[in-house]
Amino acid sequence: MNTKNIIISGVGGQGSLLASKLLGRLLVDEGYDVKVSEVHGMSQRGGSVITYVKFGEKVYSPIICEKEADFIVSFEKIEAARWAAYLKDGGKIIVNTQEIDPMPVITGAAEYPHDALDTLDSLGIDCDRLDALALASEAGSSKAVNIVLMGRLAKYFDIPYEKWINAIENTVAPKFVEMNKKAFALGYNA
Amino acid sequence: MKKLLIGNEALARGLWEASCSVISSYPGTPSTEITEFAAKYDEIYCEWAPNEKVALETAFGASLAGARAACAMKHVGMNVAADPLFTLSYTGVNGGLVICVADDPGMHSSQNEQDSRRYAIASKVPMLEPADSSEAKNFAKLAFDISEQFDTPVMIRMCTRIAHSQSITELCDRAERAIPAYEKNPQKYIMMPAYAKLRHPFVEERTKKLAEYAETSPLNTVEYGDSSIGIITSGTSYQYVKEVFGDKYSVLKLGMVNPLPPKMIKDFASKVERLIVIEELDPVIEEFCKCLGLSVEGKSLFSPIGEFSQTVIAKALGAETAKIPEGLPSVPVRPPVMCAGCPHRGMFYTLAKNKVTVLGDIGCYTLGAQAPLNALDSTLCMGASVSGLHGFNKAGFDGKCVAVIGDSTFMHSGITGLINIAYNGSNSTVIILDNSITGMTGHQQNPTTGYNIKGDPASKIDLETLCRSVGINRVRVVDPYDLKACDTAIKEELAADEPSVIISRRPCVLLKYVKPKTPVTVDPDKCRSCKSCMRLGCPAISMKDGKAVIDTTLCVGCGVCTQLCAFNAIN
Repeated sequence: MNTKNIIISGVGGQGSLLASKLLGRLLVDEGYDVKVSEVHGMSQRGGSVITYVKFGEKVYSPIICEKEADFIVSFEKIEAARWAAYLKDGGKIIVNTQEIDPMPVITGAAEYPHDALDTLDSLGIDCDRLDALALASEAGSSKAVNIVLMGRLAKYFDIPYEKWINAIENTVAPKFVEMNKKAFALGYNA
Repeated sequence: MKKLLIGNEALARGLWEASCSVISSYPGTPSTEITEFAAKYDEIYCEWAPNEKVALETAFGASLAGARAACAMKHVGMNVAADPLFTLSYTGVNGGLVICVADDPGMHSSQNEQDSRRYAIASKVPMLEPADSSEAKNFAKLAFDISEQFDTPVMIRMCTRIAHSQSITELCDRAERAIPAYEKNPQKYIMMPAYAKLRHPFVEERTKKLAEYAETSPLNTVEYGDSSIGIITSGTSYQYVKEVFGDKYSVLKLGMVNPLPPKMIKDFASKVERLIVIEELDPVIEEFCKCLGLSVEGKSLFSPIGEFSQTVIAKALGAETAKIPEGLPSVPVRPPVMCAGCPHRGMFYTLAKNKVTVLGDIGCYTLGAQAPLNALDSTLCMGASVSGLHGFNKAGFDGKCVAVIGDSTFMHSGITGLINIAYNGSNSTVIILDNSITGMTGHQQNPTTGYNIKGDPASKIDLETLCRSVGINRVRVVDPYDLKACDTAIKEELAADEPSVIISRRPCVLLKYVKPKTPVTVDPDKCRSCKSCMRLGCPAISMKDGKAVIDTTLCVGCGVCTQLCAFNAIN
């Protein structure tokens, strides 16, 4: 099979690391060659954070370039728009509609483009929206946004639901497994 | 067993499997995790040294005693460790010695883009460059063998994409190794002129032998394809080449980037019509090919600046690349910021308010350079704030100026600058931003924190005593959450007619033991929209419908903004 490319985009501190860990674990267990790439350091301080997950028979480059992503899973509204140029024709964006103001918006130097996703719609880009923060809170923790979004992503994969649940059990701390399973189900069924 | 590991974890695993038993390092992105992961193995003694020079010298001592030893650093750390490196090349090793150095093309988290291969060439030390996690692990083991076989330290060059990308790695067991006894050998280990003169010919001879080894080593491989183009490459660039062209063209992949194999390269060149070198940063391999008299293309096609990608390579070689759709929404940038409740903020706010010229240093506090604080005037390298301020004052700068430096950076190389201030007498004020941790690289312990790399209690440097002992009489401690105290301290120390140190002390809010206080909120009836609180650049404060609002999920109740509100609207 051709390599499949997933971009996870968000804001430092939102938990994208756990999402990529979960995906990596799942895809290795499924027998794929896998590469996961993220940049640590400055990006942890509330900046844009980007993670690449690639899997297939043989993966070479760890990074994803323009028009190469099959999926963009975005933890925040404009972080979806920021990486939209990386989506393949026919690819899909899964986006948490939460808005987090970046510093230039806070200081008044820039406006937050609230209609960014509508602009993507008008360009024919497939944006699957969900309020992952509300669903995460419903599951028991606002921190489970990452697992809600993984639940949504799972809908578009052929991998059985149980395998995802196994990967959650193998990735998160035991005391958070039940809450995360609930978050995953809420994302899957949203 | 197969596992998905980042390059740095795989490299640490390789050091462990090769029965390395001592590692001394200083943290630096993208190298930090090598030592952090190695510290999880009980069989390896690991430590955070005060700086990279101390780390490499510690590794030298361990090697001299017969242990397999290593150290890890980022590319600019190699500058600090360069002094021992060049002479270690002469002494060689007893137990194997491996130096891991991580370059940062694209400067994701660095102040420059220097190419560490230049150090390997200049110091005449062999250098290996892995292209994924599996190679990082295997090369670590091979590096120790080369080190002991050829009596040389060996460098392993990582880069951000290899260091921080996960790929599948096969895990093996740790090899058993008896530590050879230390034997006194002055001619090998005392590098005074008479003995060093005897060692230099050994180094030149060793380089020849290593070049012979490179000709047949499994580290360097050729994959023949179409002969119209032959590509010489290494590390992450190899992956991009394969992503674009698959098995189409012939590729010479170099796992050993110093010394290079002249016969192998000439032979490869003779079998292809067009020879292209694809390497990030400097044209090191390209220049070598040109010295061999080969007709080669490299930097005429590829930039010496920044990171490559499959798209960069496809474009340069005329392969098809995707067209980016037009009309995508433009979105504001999201730069990293100082966290809500960051103890540096109060001090930077006060410095900016007093219009003080601030010579800065390397750490989280470099973020004080950004709007709205705009509090910094310079950032050069570790320690340069302190020594630079001395020169700034000696040049006769007529105005208010200070140096700011973190606790870890002060231990790394700030103290020597402070000694110079005291000894050569400049009326300088140094502010140590003591947040009790090495922050930017993700919370590593240092000599001021009282804990070692394992989190066990360790000797704790008393900064006040240290500063006084080098000859600074005016040393005072302030709480950066107390704006009035910061203002008084800055004004008084700048007015004093002798050098001084202000220790701005409060632990990083992200430390586990720091418990957040109740978030503050804005009373919209009292808020007069004066935006005074906005001057702090706190990510928790924003303006909504003309009034300040505080995001209670981010606010840790530091109370700095409440001190700025003249209308008592924040409580």
